[in-house]
Amino acid sequence: MDIYSLHPLMPEIVLALLGLCILMLELTSMKKEYIALTAMTGTLAALYFLRGSSGVLFDGMYQADGYSNYFKLIFFLNLFLSILISIKYLEVEKSSHGEFYALMVFATIGMMIMASAENMIVLYVGLELMSLSTYVLAGFLRHDSRSTESAVKYLLMGAFSTAILLYGIALSYGSTGTMDFQQIGLYINSHNLSGNPVVLLSLVLIMVSFSFKVAAAPFHMWAPDVYEGAPTPVTAFMSIGPKAAGFAVLGKVLVMVFPSLRSDWTSILIVISVLTMLTGNVMALVQTNIKRMLAYSSIAHAGYLLLGLIPGNYESFAGMMNYLFIYLFMNVGAFAVIISLRSAEFMGDEIRDYAGLAKTHPVMASLMLVFMFALAGIPPTAGFIGKFYIFSELVKSNYIWLTIAGVMFSVVSAFYYLRVVMYMYMRPPEREVVLETTPPLNLALFIAFTMIILIGVLPQAFISHAKNVFFTMYQSLL
Amino acid sequence: MIEKAFFLYFAFAAVAVSIITVTRRNVMHAVLCMLLLFFHLAGLYLLLNAEFLAAVQIIIYAGAIMVLFLFVIMLLNLREDVKKVQYGRLWFVGVIVVCGILLAMAGAYVFMVPGQRSDWTIGRIVAETHTAAIGQVLYTRYMFPFEVVSLILLVAVIGAIVLAKRQLK
Repeated sequence: MDIYSLHPLMPEIVLALLGLCILMLELTSMKKEYIALTAMTGTLAALYFLRGSSGVLFDGMYQADGYSNYFKLIFFLNLFLSILISIKYLEVEKSSHGEFYALMVFATIGMMIMASAENMIVLYVGLELMSLSTYVLAGFLRHDSRSTESAVKYLLMGAFSTAILLYGIALSYGSTGTMDFQQIGLYINSHNLSGNPVVLLSLVLIMVSFSFKVAAAPFHMWAPDVYEGAPTPVTAFMSIGPKAAGFAVLGKVLVMVFPSLRSDWTSILIVISVLTMLTGNVMALVQTNIKRMLAYSSIAHAGYLLLGLIPGNYESFAGMMNYLFIYLFMNVGAFAVIISLRSAEFMGDEIRDYAGLAKTHPVMASLMLVFMFALAGIPPTAGFIGKFYIFSELVKSNYIWLTIAGVMFSVVSAFYYLRVVMYMYMRPPEREVVLETTPPLNLALFIAFTMIILIGVLPQAFISHAKNVFFTMYQSLL
Repeated sequence: MIEKAFFLYFAFAAVAVSIITVTRRNVMHAVLCMLLLFFHLAGLYLLLNAEFLAAVQIIIYAGAIMVLFLFVIMLLNLREDVKKVQYGRLWFVGVIVVCGILLAMAGAYVFMVPGQRSDWTIGRIVAETHTAAIGQVLYTRYMFPFEVVSLILLVAVIGAIVLAKRQLK
């Protein structure tokens, strides 16, 4: 095998080398800023190799195509922005840098392998690589008991859901005799196994496992505690990365492995998505901690994303992927503001702490305003565009009641997002809040803000580009 | 016939030992029962002509992981726990859930239709020996997952150091 045949794998290889490089740099006591800079440069280099990377490798176990590349773009942006917002946080916490970025890089490789997997074994090892890195990241602040608790909870729930996934994989392997996604799908179809209880059980187990991963109700209980306790940049990182990877796998597995059980998985998805939107939005109403509120908000967003899977055609998948792309910026933006409030003696993660921010720090308050509007889905921000496309695809496929439910829940969500805005603009400041921003944090805020407004104002250019990117793959698939 | 007798022994003993494991009040007894469980599982692997898996099961689980368990128990001095209440108030919910899952599994297996067989038949595996067969598949067809596993191990090493080191600079 010559080196050129590995071309589709180049982004992963570059990132793996980057991870090793970072670990080495940490040893030689250089300035910590250089490590972050190396990590960001390496991410951009991997992004360069992502352009035009496509092909099938290793007997069809791994496939880089438009679908996986779109998700990989999301993972890269997530990694890049998470590094930008971590620099200040790690300094405040006096924590180590090298291992932190290296673990983020390895988690991203795991997500990329998941998005490209065409085989159950590859899917599983990718998932393990991602989860193991995020467990450690969640417990990175060892002296903070909340961080440790969050890591233990995440580990237990993760191990539990992985076991469920393995059970599902074992059942589908037992009844089809193959691990390959496409082969399983073809075998189920040609041997009329779609009514077989074993195959159905396997579908249910795999869906339950990934509902854990994307924090969909009723398998969401771990998310609020984990998101609240984990270091804030890690919360931002894992409320997008693993979630997007979970959706990448769900979309692919449902369409490729279980196309003949479509009516079964559609009805399961409808129940899960309505339940998820309900729990996420209602529970978010009563939160006083902003990280916890954003955790429930992230559960609610998983519900909207599941709506995008229900019609199961390529336009609805495009809507789901665009929503993930947009959600990335809204979410990182909100977390960047939270981090800017964090200083050595001030936690700044209660919603109360935002009182009067508009008077003391008008620029930061207006940025938070934009992010909250975007999360609530209010035009002209990108959040509106994302929801609009998902809902319009639902209407086209005649899921009218589901659309109405989705819109109702987003109206409910406006209440808790706007409560933060209300605190910032209408309450007198309770205490002197000192903002500590650094150039990287400002850059992250700037990128998030620009993208939200840009996509919100010029959606057509963005959407049509996104559709073109992965049209080819879905033409062959559906 | 004799093979069936061995299977029945290993299977029933494994179930019995695991039930004993979760009902013991003394942690040390529970761990030692788990050790027995690992040996019985290894016996099941042997009956499936998977001697490599059986060896790995004993070396890794009964050897390495068990020692870790014992170390943790001794370091934490868990004997204090013997006096505390063993089960939470909602233990019966767990029992019901487990029975439900068990029923679903048993029901599903009634309808199980074994899928296509690969070109690695039992005769071929016996002829080439199980260890050689696994090695051949692992280093050719499953090379990519194998390489990814090396990254997983690297992450595990980093994670262990990050979480256990006293002071990180």
